[in-house]
Amino acid sequence: MTVALSGKEIANQILEKFPDSIIESSEKDLVVKSESLLDVATFLKETPGLDFNYLNYITAVDYYDHFEVVYMLSSLEHNHSLVIKTRCYDRENPVLPSVVGLWQGADFQEREIYDLMGIRFEGHPNMKRIFLWEGFQGHPLRKDFM
Amino acid sequence: MEIDSGRKYIYSDIELDRKEGQIIEELKASSQEVVIPDPDEWLEEEGLKQNIILTTVDWFINWGRRSSLWPAICFPACCAFELIAANGPRFDLARFGMEILRASPRQADLMITAGTLTWKMAPNVRRIYNQMAEPKWVIAMGACAISGGIFASASYAVVPGYNHIIPVDVYVPGCPPRPEALIYGIQMLQKKIAKRRNLDIGKLSRR
Repeated sequence: MTVALSGKEIANQILEKFPDSIIESSEKDLVVKSESLLDVATFLKETPGLDFNYLNYITAVDYYDHFEVVYMLSSLEHNHSLVIKTRCYDRENPVLPSVVGLWQGADFQEREIYDLMGIRFEGHPNMKRIFLWEGFQGHPLRKDFM
Repeated sequence: MEIDSGRKYIYSDIELDRKEGQIIEELKASSQEVVIPDPDEWLEEEGLKQNIILTTVDWFINWGRRSSLWPAICFPACCAFELIAANGPRFDLARFGMEILRASPRQADLMITAGTLTWKMAPNVRRIYNQMAEPKWVIAMGACAISGGIFASASYAVVPGYNHIIPVDVYVPGCPPRPEALIYGIQMLQKKIAKRRNLDIGKLSRR
């Protein structure tokens, strides 16, 4: 059985290396500042003992005043998992760093989030719509889409 | 031999045997004087009677067309499973001359649109339809194919019915329709094809 690691404990480890990079943390997840997302993700993937070498999924939630993007990471070596989140407050032109360079599996899912939520991932090699067609107006999974 | 009173079934073996014996006796008695003639007496007929059938061109062409409908593969969603079941041995579409699903639309004359169609897929479906050789027919299978189904009113991505993209001949409702319903729809289409007029006599005589 995969062990879900405590977000609080991991947050403490991260804060030692990147102070002021965590917004909040709880037992089940931790919320990272979007500017330090890539640093934290690299740290989680490459630190011995953590080794989060597998990205289960990325998804996004619309909370009206901000978007929250959720990453679930696993380590196939240690059989443990962690949920990290990041927030994006700009509704007109939301931009987040892409994690495709760390986990290839993020490719299509970031495109899907761009397609349906409108969050642009900087550093993605092929940032375009995946389900809807080029020229579609709006992003349908936003709460204000009608 | 007496019938066993503790018998298990309505008819005992001995009852069946007696009945069988009765049938044989009757057949033997009635067959003593009769000689059944050779059914091939048409061999002696003159050639004209053997070689000419009178029918209409329309009936003959329509019979050929409706008896060998070959569907193109265009199954975008879950109705396809009912279609696969209809093709399988239990429901056996092969009885109606259409067991072959053609991978190439060039060899198909029926499109069974089994499933939800999104706008992203719509140009491809129309292209498959355009590639099919005339004459061609379309069966809209399931609620999504008829009207968009559960996605009809609210969806930004689903075509509200195949008849916005291609002409549809027969509508088979259901979500998804049972194989029996699909087979019934195919029979309806065959009846429709049987009524088709293939030659425009007025046009021919004007030439």
